[in-house]
Amino acid sequence: MAEQKTLTFALMDAPFEQSRTTTAFRLMHIAAKRGYKINVFAYEGAVGLPFNLQKPHANAVHGRSLEQENHPLPKDWVAALMRETERNGGKLDWVNCGLCVEERGAADAIAGVRRGSPGDFLKFAQESTNTLVIATK
Amino acid sequence: MARYVLIESRDPLEASEVAGYYYDLAAGLARDGNDVTLFLVQNGVMPARFGARADKLASIVKSGVKVLADEFSLRERAIPRDRLATGVAAAPLDFVVDQMAASSKVIWH
Repeated sequence: MAEQKTLTFALMDAPFEQSRTTTAFRLMHIAAKRGYKINVFAYEGAVGLPFNLQKPHANAVHGRSLEQENHPLPKDWVAALMRETERNGGKLDWVNCGLCVEERGAADAIAGVRRGSPGDFLKFAQESTNTLVIATK
Repeated sequence: MARYVLIESRDPLEASEVAGYYYDLAAGLARDGNDVTLFLVQNGVMPARFGARADKLASIVKSGVKVLADEFSLRERAIPRDRLATGVAAAPLDFVVDQMAASSKVIWH
């Protein structure tokens, strides 16, 4: 049986802002489908990605209802990624930088997200097959 | 010889360090005998269009850097895969995950 790979991603961008977030989720989705273990260290604005109080909305300007707008929420992407990873024999360990969470009042995260520090990122990197830092610009 | 995958997410026309620094880094690593792939994603695929004024990208192809462009990013921008610059090939994002799993040195820009 092949050795299970572990990939770590450091994310820094806040939700709803950058294409980098979409690409990061695409990369993690590929890894999830392969049953890899995935570690995420969310730093700075990225701690908002699994923020539990995100809400979809209608779009009055375009005359679309809540259902028609079908607004995507990053917290749902994180939850889906967790499910997909587990379904394929992997595990997603998502750590939000604690100080970044405090600064942004973003402590209410979805289930499965834990609070940590840059020390967790170092530990992730040391234990992983590879690490990719997707820094903000 | 090390394997490098340099990911470029920006168009050289939106950030001067793309061609002025990152492409040079790729070429330099290749000149030093490393196996280097420049993987273009998001707006990074824009100079990969056939006919784009992207002399610097053409020069790093000549220096031995393999240049790939993310299929999804190309489709988003209506760039057909048969209309890419010489030396550039379309590839799925899976390539990056493959290389991460193979312990290549993967760097995002």
